[in-house]
Amino acid sequence: MELDSLYQEVILDHYKRPFHKGLSGTPTKQVHHVNPSCGDEITLNIELDGDLIRDVNWDGVGCSISQASVSIMSELLIGKSVDDAFKVVEEFTELMQSKGSILGNEEVLEDAVAFAGVSKFPARIKCALLGWMAFKDAASQGLSQQVKGEK
Amino acid sequence: MTFPLLDAHLIKKDFPIFDRVMRGGNQLVYLDSGATSQKPLTVLDAERQFYTQHNAAVHRGSYLLAEEANESYDNARQVVATFLGGKFEETIFTKSATEALNLLAYSFGNSPHGDRFFLQPGDRIVVSEMEHHANLIPWQQLAKRTGAELAWFPITSEGRLDQSEINTLINDRTKIVAITHQSNVLGTINPLSELIARTHEVGAVFVLDACQSVPHFDIDVKELDIDFLAFSGHKALGPTGIGVLWGREALLEIMEPFLVGGSMIETVTMTDSTWAPLPRRFEAGVPNMAQAVGLSAALKYLDAVGLERIHQHELELTRLALGFLSEIPGVSIVGPTDLLDRGGVVSFTIDGVHPHDVGQVLDQHGIAVRTGHHCAWPLMRKLGVVGTTRASFYLYNTPEDVESLVDGVKSVQSYFKV
Ligand SMILES: Cc1ncc(COP(=O)(O)O)c(C=O)c1O
Repeated sequence: MELDSLYQEVILDHYKRPFHKGLSGTPTKQVHHVNPSCGDEITLNIELDGDLIRDVNWDGVGCSISQASVSIMSELLIGKSVDDAFKVVEEFTELMQSKGSILGNEEVLEDAVAFAGVSKFPARIKCALLGWMAFKDAASQGLSQQVKGEK
Repeated sequence: MTFPLLDAHLIKKDFPIFDRVMRGGNQLVYLDSGATSQKPLTVLDAERQFYTQHNAAVHRGSYLLAEEANESYDNARQVVATFLGGKFEETIFTKSATEALNLLAYSFGNSPHGDRFFLQPGDRIVVSEMEHHANLIPWQQLAKRTGAELAWFPITSEGRLDQSEINTLINDRTKIVAITHQSNVLGTINPLSELIARTHEVGAVFVLDACQSVPHFDIDVKELDIDFLAFSGHKALGPTGIGVLWGREALLEIMEPFLVGGSMIETVTMTDSTWAPLPRRFEAGVPNMAQAVGLSAALKYLDAVGLERIHQHELELTRLALGFLSEIPGVSIVGPTDLLDRGGVVSFTIDGVHPHDVGQVLDQHGIAVRTGHHCAWPLMRKLGVVGTTRASFYLYNTPEDVESLVDGVKSVQSYFKV
């Protein structure tokens, strides 16, 4: 069924048991993003040590796609450098805009390739991207904050 | 199941869109008329006829086509006026209900000091917690611009307007009361008589958001004794791009224009202008003529079927939906669960499944519903839900559509294993 290409098993698993959910630690930066068309909301914390992403945690309400996406993303990006993380974000964004024409690079995206099917459902792309956009925002702000030495 | 009153299967045949095949090879089960209605062929034909036979800019040329365009546009206005129980001069075409409500808010905001509609700190505008953003934000922002205070009727836990504090809420300083006739989320039809009586008692004006009522049941502006009414054509079988503001003539006469430009003037010099008489004073620019003609065809279609029959039909579908859905474990109805003062809108939540996911699975069965906050974010917060799934019914919906919805909801639960 067409639906199964959207709701991959790994997505439903992360939805039921999300990773890194619940705000904790001492974040370098906290951001709050909303999806005004459906009302989904996310608060995301990032903890940086120089260029290293020590932790990402988050809380929010949203559909299975948005919740699973941020769960998989957190798992994927913790421990990476911000530069490397941004490359992953870029790759993921490209996958979302592909209208189903690419499968996604599993070496870079790992479990996040499960969202390839989402790109065929235009109304759901924003759901999948919500957490990633929040991360990008938090990481950029966190970085420049450190540069200015206001950590 | 049979409906002695209205044969929706037959009506469906007038709407070409129901021939489409949806995802999964399914027939279209359209349960989103609260967002926008589908269009019967007669409406599309009326628009096409205007373009192919009579197209010219109204109020301008002196040639045959321009005369015919004027006549078509005037006739359309008369049809709308009669449909509402108002007068030709009182019926203003806008692009939507949203524009109609903004027209009011900006016109009031433009009122000079001392004028009836002039607002200042201490004055009050009253809305309700169940308003669509279109009947909240124009007033909220008008209050901000003028320093007036925004107050609102709360809702009861059942999703009805709580009028218990009516006399303190609508106080002597109240200038405007703007309330929806039927909630687009809860289906609640608000009883208006006390609200309107109290509004007039304190010398304020009553604005009715009739987006969810005009298309679905009989209303008469004179009988209701309201001052202003707004609705959108596209929710009433009409085209997009056409809406209506109805206003009491004596009030429109003293209101400031909102949009200014061509068509709405009497005389113009480089430094000053005077305004055309009603209704043109509030219709700047070349209007949406074909859409107005399309809307009049839509209202004629509704009249021919009969608004009372449509309302009874929708109530029967609502009765079925409420009955079936409330029997499913894990499904909660959001809004009144009985048929008292209720229209054909049923909102619900499913435990463990976000509305967006509900809508996605239903879509796989060809079922179109609305999911999310329904442009009523404050109401969602009050209800303590992130959003709902909403089925809204219209004259072309059948009992089988309701059964499809109910089966669809069950398949959502089994898909997400809740
Ligand atoms: C109750 C209510 N008011 C106002 C509106 C706004 O209508 P439009 O977007 O056509 O201007 C809607 C449409 O959803 C509505 O349901």
